[in-house]
Amino acid sequence: MKEYLLGNAAIARGILEAGAGVVTSYPGTPASEIVESLAPVSKEYNLHIEWSVNERVALEVAIGASWTGVRSAAVMKHVGLNVAADPFMTLAYTGVKGGLVVISSDDPFCHSSQNEQDSRRYAQFACISCLDPADPQEAKDMTVYAFELSEELELPFLLRPTTRVSHARADVNVGRGKTKKSPTSHAFVKDPARWVALPAHARTRHPILLDKQNAIKTALKKSPWNQHLLVLKGGDTDTGVIASGISGLYAEEAIEQLESDVSILRIGTFPPPDDLCAESIKHVSKVLIVEELEPVLEEYVERAAREHNPELEILGKNTGHIPRDGELDSLIARNAIADMLGLGLTHTMEEPQSMTEADEILPPRPPALCPGCSHRAAYYAMKQVFGADAIFPSDIGCYTLAVDMGTVDTCLCMGASINLASGIRFGGEDRDICCSIGDSTFLHNGMPGLLNAVYNNAKITVTILDNLTTAMTGHQPHPGTGVTATGDKTKSVSIEALAKALGADFVETVDPYDLNATLETFRKAKECQEGLSVVIAKQACITNARRAGVRRKPFRVNDNCIGCGECVDFGCPAIEFHEDRARINALCTGCGVCAQICPSEAIEEVVNVK
Amino acid sequence: MRTSKCCDIVVAGVGGQDVILLSKMIGKAAVKEGSPVRAAETYGMAQRGGSVITHIRLGCKFGPLVPVGGADILLGLEPAEALRYAHYVSKGGIALVNTNPVLPSTVTTGRAKYPPLDAILAPLRRICRDVKTLDATTQAANAGNPQAMTVVMLGALSKYMPLREGVLIESLRESVPAKFLEVNMRAFELGKSEMK
Repeated sequence: MKEYLLGNAAIARGILEAGAGVVTSYPGTPASEIVESLAPVSKEYNLHIEWSVNERVALEVAIGASWTGVRSAAVMKHVGLNVAADPFMTLAYTGVKGGLVVISSDDPFCHSSQNEQDSRRYAQFACISCLDPADPQEAKDMTVYAFELSEELELPFLLRPTTRVSHARADVNVGRGKTKKSPTSHAFVKDPARWVALPAHARTRHPILLDKQNAIKTALKKSPWNQHLLVLKGGDTDTGVIASGISGLYAEEAIEQLESDVSILRIGTFPPPDDLCAESIKHVSKVLIVEELEPVLEEYVERAAREHNPELEILGKNTGHIPRDGELDSLIARNAIADMLGLGLTHTMEEPQSMTEADEILPPRPPALCPGCSHRAAYYAMKQVFGADAIFPSDIGCYTLAVDMGTVDTCLCMGASINLASGIRFGGEDRDICCSIGDSTFLHNGMPGLLNAVYNNAKITVTILDNLTTAMTGHQPHPGTGVTATGDKTKSVSIEALAKALGADFVETVDPYDLNATLETFRKAKECQEGLSVVIAKQACITNARRAGVRRKPFRVNDNCIGCGECVDFGCPAIEFHEDRARINALCTGCGVCAQICPSEAIEEVVNVK
Repeated sequence: MRTSKCCDIVVAGVGGQDVILLSKMIGKAAVKEGSPVRAAETYGMAQRGGSVITHIRLGCKFGPLVPVGGADILLGLEPAEALRYAHYVSKGGIALVNTNPVLPSTVTTGRAKYPPLDAILAPLRRICRDVKTLDATTQAANAGNPQAMTVVMLGALSKYMPLREGVLIESLRESVPAKFLEVNMRAFELGKSEMK
């Protein structure tokens, strides 16, 4: 049966069809919808799913489950694999019992990420196999395949979809999910020589892992994911294309449009198959390697060419035919193939006239904090108190969008804000330092930073922007929300109690919608700069609150408005400047912060709302 | 359109305009027709009121991205966003544009100006073989809910897409909550009649 599925939903189907018993994840674009797709059906399929506190926790929980013999998956975005790298690397030594698939979604072009690293490198690093799906159908089928092969080889597998697979939709052939797990006994069998990575054991396991490399290659040889395709017109071709994952589809489309004799080898597994690669490079003089991000396939073909065709001309990243940054499309592939064939560019790479014309007249429309977002209010108060000259390290979440407010001076990786603040202080900066970090990010990797700052006497203010959700990735719950991934109630952990337990003496919670109270709290925190202070700016995410039915009366501008623009500078999308006066539009959610900012009492609550 | 089987559509809009619902309704209809379909959507950071683009490829078995200069139809849910993505339209392609602007924060805060509608439509008319305009937001309000703008646009699009109307309506029924079905059916019809 065919269904119209999002790539991530297709992967979720694959997880169900493979009969997995445990799936763990920390939300991250473009991977978040995998666990979200499983949430409504997890009980029906006897599946434990969880939003873990971070990716390392997620992977370790999945490993524990695998060691009881259950199939498990740990799901994350590419940079999450950095967080999980510690268990990931040694897991390859210990191996798995139940099939274990690590799903790491790459984000070429940084659509929603701080870098565009290539997860295939991690698989090479760990000496395990990586599957690179081209579309939602392959993503689903490869998921099932990865579980089976992982169990057979007793090694973890990496599945690496990219944004254009995870967030693509397509007609997908789906099979049946398994409600019964195999095996039926889920006991942890003690085996210290494997599960205890003492140096003596690790020294034994490393050669075992190296020996398994051939077994990996033999198994992948039989897989359907590497295919010779499209030798058009049956003519002798002197040129070929080898392409990985979704780039294979871009290349196929390009070849079809060019109507040329080019053979194409589509690669879906890493390591790539020796025999197919050798076959496709033996009798050609030129080959173009099409892949996104790092030249992983290209380096492999370079090595293969030394043995099979030393004269081979290899085009790709090294020759500038295929960019190493950003994402590809069929146009880039077409131009590179046309160039290889000496056809010249089929489409000019100059910006089309329409693009230039649009740039000239169109207003920019960057993403922005929502109308009534409490982060805007917290940042406004922070800047009032600390001044534009203070240093404001920040972190990863919706609040990073407030970079125009001047309160986001850094953003590096999950939880870095507090440590960067400490480092900037220890580096000799003597101006005020006030960092900010979201609730989910604090719980993810911010806590060790706060503990470190307390322990090493960093004189900084730490602001925890607590909007009671993981907003940016789609409002997933976390330990502070009292709700699990399946929507069940659980213990709600107090961030204030955590901050105190980590050693902070000054910890105050304030509602950022109450501007005076927030200003006062920041003032106290600033004066406490002899030591470390923690401010928790707590107010529910406005989008989440509205979905839950919370409605506040909107505000309007009255005749007192003198057109000073103070409220407009606040930057809320609900406030417009029109004919020298402020005006509040229909987007107003009634947070009331602008009314507290207005120096002439010109903003008032609309009393009679219908 | 290149053939009745293959049709590339680019949907341009603003985060929050139900662009994903539109992709779902069209894609489901294509699956019902037994036709291959690919789409690429925008999620995450860019959704927060930013400019968004969705690619929909009917009858396509390749990647989900419509190449620049390759779209048969540009569906503009907002006029400025239609022009922003006009370079995707092919030489023989057409544009269907909702004329109701959504002002970006750069305009409401006085940092940038929103051009007059004519200044947006003039270059669009040079780029596209044909530009059809409609005030879909007002038509949605007429149907009973301004939120149904996307479905008005779907109705307009139905006149140009190689998908049978009956199948599209079946897909619409499955995609919107029952209590909003009547409004959405009216919205679909209004969009369709605007294209006469």
